[in-house]
Amino acid sequence: MSMLTFEKKYRVRGGTLLGGDLFDFWIGPFWVGFFGVTTLFFAGLGTALLVYGAAMGPTWNIWQINIAPPDLSYGLGLAPLMEGGLWQIITICAVAAFASWALRQVELSRKLGMGLHIPFAFSFAILAYVTLVIVRPVLLGAWGHGFPYGILSHLDWVSNVGYQFLHFHYNPAHMLAVTFFFTTALALSMHGSLILMATDPREGETVKTGEHENTFFRDDIGYSVGALGIHRLGVFVAISAAFWSAVCIVISGPFWTRGWPEWWNWWLELPVWY
Amino acid sequence: MKIFTMKWFASAAALTAALLSGCDIPPQESVQRGYRGTGMEAIYSPEALQEVVAANQVPDAIPAVSSEGPKAGDIYQNVQVLGHLSVGEFTRLMAAITEWVSPEQGCNYCHVPGEGFETDTLYTKKVSRVMIAMTQNANENWDAHVGGAGVTCYTCHRGNNVPEYVWTIGVPPRHASGVVHQMQNVAHQESNAYASLPFDPFTRYLLEDNAARVAGDTALPTGHESSIESTEYVYSLMMHYSDALGVNCTHCHNTRAFAAWDQSNSERVQAWHGQQMVKEMNNAYINPTNEWLPAYRQGPLGDAQKVNCATCHQGAYQPLLGANMLADYPNLSALAPVAAPAEPVEEAEGVIMSGEAN
Repeated sequence: MSMLTFEKKYRVRGGTLLGGDLFDFWIGPFWVGFFGVTTLFFAGLGTALLVYGAAMGPTWNIWQINIAPPDLSYGLGLAPLMEGGLWQIITICAVAAFASWALRQVELSRKLGMGLHIPFAFSFAILAYVTLVIVRPVLLGAWGHGFPYGILSHLDWVSNVGYQFLHFHYNPAHMLAVTFFFTTALALSMHGSLILMATDPREGETVKTGEHENTFFRDDIGYSVGALGIHRLGVFVAISAAFWSAVCIVISGPFWTRGWPEWWNWWLELPVWY
Repeated sequence: MKIFTMKWFASAAALTAALLSGCDIPPQESVQRGYRGTGMEAIYSPEALQEVVAANQVPDAIPAVSSEGPKAGDIYQNVQVLGHLSVGEFTRLMAAITEWVSPEQGCNYCHVPGEGFETDTLYTKKVSRVMIAMTQNANENWDAHVGGAGVTCYTCHRGNNVPEYVWTIGVPPRHASGVVHQMQNVAHQESNAYASLPFDPFTRYLLEDNAARVAGDTALPTGHESSIESTEYVYSLMMHYSDALGVNCTHCHNTRAFAAWDQSNSERVQAWHGQQMVKEMNNAYINPTNEWLPAYRQGPLGDAQKVNCATCHQGAYQPLLGANMLADYPNLSALAPVAAPAEPVEEAEGVIMSGEAN
């Protein structure tokens, strides 16, 4: 059974959120959809503007191209194109493209009668980005608090914003986010390995089943989270990483203006020590 | 079940309230410190700024007096560092110093009632003479750091006998014998802005003659060597700089390249001169006073209480937020002329431009 004939019976119209049948068709393997078109439009426009910004800038060195947000003095207003206005339009394009992509995932989920787990999880990545370039700048009162678009320049921003709070590793939400990122990597690598060791046996061995998988972890650490459980755990640790990333940056500035080490004084000032 | 829910809500509300009570609530004030998008910024809560402003008000100046007339050195005995002032100026400065340093104890903080003013009975008088010379020296020779505003006794003292922020050589807390305590991981140290970094960066960099220079200045390792230990000491010192000035690392640095002067703000140059100035203050002026100091004015190792950035800055990016208090007290703007009193007094007047203030 070729893949395409297999897929055919799932390729049915309907389930869209907007536009009814408009764009509700396939081109080759891709479903187009209304939000597919908006994704393409905003991603294309945003990328074109990045290239335009690079063309107007001093370098074509891919590492050094920098599309910076406006000066803080522009506040939450619009800035001239070459003084941060480009960054503002590209930000709108990026948010629109990411949101379109999430809604495209919603429509496909509906078409197939499945849950919204993928768009839900992807929304946390969008949340992290929107927190950086929309929520935090609005809370601080200027678009200039957003990060610049450039490979090295955005890293410089990360460095400087960390040092605005003297020592960012003392940020409790940053600690959680980092922990969840590493835990995500650990969980994914262990899960991937377990599936491979069960289903991709060496020559002469048979493919194993879930009982082998459960037994390995029961004997190893006394507990197996199970076939469904590992995927729930995976989603949890992965979206937690994105969620706490968003929290760690949105509290830095809007809700805490001093060095992060100083934040921990609440512990030392608990009345239990006296 | 309902009781459980109520309890849950109550504890959630209490926890949220506790978390928010320690927070700064937006909007905040922000300052751009570098090219847009570099993230070189300072963010302040308006409440904290109000506190800084309130704590950095300059007291009213005593009305200026004439620099004409007989010199203090000719009229009074044993006037060593202010002898070139007119009697009027001298008396005005004495009154001001009393107000700045010993408003409660008054003149008797340095002078013993019944004895003549000239005696050096009390250690406080001998120390204040050294402190006056130190202030004059800072104003005359450290324009690169204090230029534009200058310093007076009030810059540090603010009505206290001893300035609020001073330091003495650090002593490790009790620890297991046989191991060297790295002077770090001690909780609640304001000296390093409450980090786990070494808590006495001052001895190495504001007393001993070490350059606070650990970052390599090339992208790849090219032979530059710094130990983790000295890196942590420098980080600690920089935490103190930031905390003392109420700023963050990006006030001076673009942290993408800490070492690069051409990517740093000009304040970094000023800070470097400040380090050299403070080293001189601690070594040339403050340490020698230790021989007269009573034990209660010394640190646990018997050393004098010394100067760091916080001594003057006290949380403000410029002491007293840049107010030029020296303009009201120009007599502190230069060292006393070194030559014999009689003739050079005339020249000294020109040097210190005391006429301008009158």
